[in-house]
Amino acid sequence: MKPKVELDPAAIQQIVRHAIPHCRELGVEVADLVDGRPVLRLPWDERLVGHPDTGVLHGGVVTTLIDTACGMAVQVALMRTTAIATLDLRIDYLRPSTPRQPLHAEALCYKLTRHIAFVRAKAWNDDPDDPVANCVATFMVDSSDKSPFARKRKAAA
Amino acid sequence: MTVEQRIAAARESGDASGLVDIVPYYRFLGLTMKATPDGPICLIPGGEKLVGNPMLPALHGGVIGALLEATAIMHLIWTRESGSLPKIINLTVEYLRSGRPVETAAAASVTKLGRRVANVRVEAWQDDRTKPVAYANALFLLT
Repeated sequence: MKPKVELDPAAIQQIVRHAIPHCRELGVEVADLVDGRPVLRLPWDERLVGHPDTGVLHGGVVTTLIDTACGMAVQVALMRTTAIATLDLRIDYLRPSTPRQPLHAEALCYKLTRHIAFVRAKAWNDDPDDPVANCVATFMVDSSDKSPFARKRKAAA
Repeated sequence: MTVEQRIAAARESGDASGLVDIVPYYRFLGLTMKATPDGPICLIPGGEKLVGNPMLPALHGGVIGALLEATAIMHLIWTRESGSLPKIINLTVEYLRSGRPVETAAAASVTKLGRRVANVRVEAWQDDRTKPVAYANALFLLT
């Protein structure tokens, strides 16, 4: 029987950490699931600081967390795991991430066509209504035969 | 020393690596920088740590975005357009090819320098500069 991993944040977190080495390296956590879409959380870490005098996270960290959330939102919208590729991604940095606070990110695939997924996302510290960054991105669907989950699927079969 | 003093000191001594060391996240990425007459070339190493898709395998798209942003910032500082770390307003990345987990380089050029805002174009490539893996346009608030 297929386990209902999509309903369990801890199980999704295991998949994120297993399937995405860079997320394991950063310490990305799955804070919550909203309609099956993960809300990602990145604990503040001195190694990820972009301005040493203030402790503000580097924009690249925000980009990475948002890109990850976008990709996962596409996978959820597809209701299957397949290879997807980011075509483009635009981020508005609305304010600096508050030092020593975790950063959250959430994305929604608001339109899915056969080949292209359109996504919007945001990142925030403790208040989703006071975002750190806003993002729109497009992804190509089925961009490769090699899915990050292919090995897992084969093993389960 | 403040960031401004460290930037000034690194520029005075022509020490590109000293500039990269100012930002903890650049050490985390393993970013290095080479000075050229057209501005700096920034590099990230290959390896599993920066991988987003181990099956392809490919660099994490966010890491490529981070390299492009870092390169734009280093360009603005090194070419003395900015005396402190410029604040990013927004970033648009176009991903052109899957980035293999190998050494990846990036270079920036300023397309418009205003009093308050700089428009910067950045490209990233792997072995062949004529086959870029990604482009970015970024806006920065100069401080």
